[in-house]
Amino acid sequence: MATVDLKDVRKIYPSGVEAVKGVSIAIPDKELCVLVGPSGCGKSTLLRMIAGLETISAGTVAIDGKVVNAIGPTERDIAMVFQNYALYPHMKVYDNMAYGLRNRGTPKDEIDSRVRSTAKVLELSALLDRRPRELSGGQRQRVAMGRAIVRNPKVFLFDEPLSNLDAKLRGQMRIEIKNLQRSLGVTSVYVTHDQLEAMTLADILVVMNAGLVEQTGPPLDVYEKPASTFVASFIGAPPMNLLALTGASPSSVLADGTVIGLAPRLGKAVTLGFRPEDADITFAAEAPAGALALPATVEAVEPVGAESFLHCVAAGSRIVVRVSGRASAKPGDQLRVVARSEKLHWFDQAGKRVD
Amino acid sequence: MGNAWIAREISLSARIVFPNKILPYLLVAPQLAITLVFFYWPAGQALYQSMLRQDPFGLKSRFVWFANFRKVLADPAYLNSIKVTVVFSLATAIVAMVVALLLAVMAEKAVRGKGLYRTLLIWPYAVAPAIAGMLWLFLFNPSIGSLAYLLRSLGIAWDPLLNGTHAMILLVSAAAWKQISYNFLFFVAGLQAVPKTLIEAAAMDGAGETKRFWTIVFPLLAPTTFFLLVVNTVYALFDTFGIVHAVTGGGPGKTTETLVYKVYNDGFVNLILGDSAAQSVILMAIVIALTAIQFRYVERKVHYG
Repeated sequence: MATVDLKDVRKIYPSGVEAVKGVSIAIPDKELCVLVGPSGCGKSTLLRMIAGLETISAGTVAIDGKVVNAIGPTERDIAMVFQNYALYPHMKVYDNMAYGLRNRGTPKDEIDSRVRSTAKVLELSALLDRRPRELSGGQRQRVAMGRAIVRNPKVFLFDEPLSNLDAKLRGQMRIEIKNLQRSLGVTSVYVTHDQLEAMTLADILVVMNAGLVEQTGPPLDVYEKPASTFVASFIGAPPMNLLALTGASPSSVLADGTVIGLAPRLGKAVTLGFRPEDADITFAAEAPAGALALPATVEAVEPVGAESFLHCVAAGSRIVVRVSGRASAKPGDQLRVVARSEKLHWFDQAGKRVD
Repeated sequence: MGNAWIAREISLSARIVFPNKILPYLLVAPQLAITLVFFYWPAGQALYQSMLRQDPFGLKSRFVWFANFRKVLADPAYLNSIKVTVVFSLATAIVAMVVALLLAVMAEKAVRGKGLYRTLLIWPYAVAPAIAGMLWLFLFNPSIGSLAYLLRSLGIAWDPLLNGTHAMILLVSAAAWKQISYNFLFFVAGLQAVPKTLIEAAAMDGAGETKRFWTIVFPLLAPTTFFLLVVNTVYALFDTFGIVHAVTGGGPGKTTETLVYKVYNDGFVNLILGDSAAQSVILMAIVIALTAIQFRYVERKVHYG
């Protein structure tokens, strides 16, 4: 199929606003790349530049090794699934799916067989004669997918395709998209602001913030070694706990003066982080050696069923600890939050990771 | 108990039931009175008049049942007038809509000064029909019109005072020009209602600009187009008296005498009141039929889902 290469891509609007500030990503053939970030981070703009719906202010976008900056969306041979599905309301499902093939002059019988086989894969066969307004949200989503798949394009683009569905359907469609993408082997770019979607779908995860790429890599690598405090707080739910350290002393003292039982911090680190699931609680007075032991007060307990989240206040900051099953603590309890030192993350003044 | 009872009644049936029997009729009385005085009464008069025949001096009338209708429908001048009206109405509606759609599409594409284009294009709607007619009459007057001079210098023997086709072209231009603004407004609104993502989706589906317009935008404009078709036809049929009167007066000969103009001519100029009334009753039937079509099709929104 195709590779997608972005080299120092920028988007500067006539108003002078720079939405994308130099992004380089190389997406290998058949892989699914997820762009994730908060609203306004430039991920959708980047996707629209790959699609050809926005002009590229600087840098190059190459599909299959060929620079497509000057090629319009009509000729790029890309299919896109829009957030609101963008189904043609006056056409039946069949015609929605056949439209792209007809525009490219595919023979009639081939169109028919392709539309029908795609509809079969997506379980749309019974709906081919309906109009979009007669379909449910999930069915519309499938038609939008079908319209992209039936064309067998070089690249799939997804612009937050699941954000209009309810939570249960979203989970279901997420798995379906992943399976379809894998079985079809089409290089894909997927934009979302949902970190769970990003983690579960991505072969390559790209975390964006304010028009720049914060980190690129396989999702679990990003999760285990976040490159910055932004990534640490964006990926993972609940997010990583971050504690400020004092500037001067090289020992393990928090910004508010709390001494934590721990070896000296790494290099220039000024922020200490640990994930809620990497921490535990203890009522023992003695802290285990070589581990973080943070005095904390429980503020609230959220039992979710299989696990419970303890919301605590420690050294003036709010932190969250995940314990499995029922929590033994209750609001108001004084305890220690412990985490093994290899599970700690350190970040410098600029928020960059220190190893 | 009154208020509480009414409130409960609203919440239960979403319908207000008045305890007083006469009040509701009093409340709708002004509207009914206006409709009775300005529509039903004159309509009834016309219907009655259409079955009367007066002597040449207007001294006495005779009830003749449908003789006036038979006479009118057998009159070649009336049949000619029907033909003129159909040609004039269709031509006016089509010209006004095609030009307006073209202008609306082009104004939508403008990057700068969109608002200015729109304002300027809406202006002609504020011009009264007779004034619009005079404007075109002067521009195309064979002896003093500047555009008539231009046409003649191009080798066209332009003479709407003698040539019926030329008179019809002039009339259609004046009537259409006046209606373009109205259509333009609706088409602009219609175009803006077409979701941008649909256009983008179609572009990614490999459709060029022209193809996108005919396969996506135009079908989605269908409700607007249909509505305008009815409105424009009704306009051309019934609201163009002023233009016809100012520009051609039905001439040359009877080549631009529309149904409405003939009603006026027969009734107020020739004073054949029975014939004129019969013609207006026929016109009323046409209006009712057209309105019924409009209600039936415009209410049913074709494409938006």
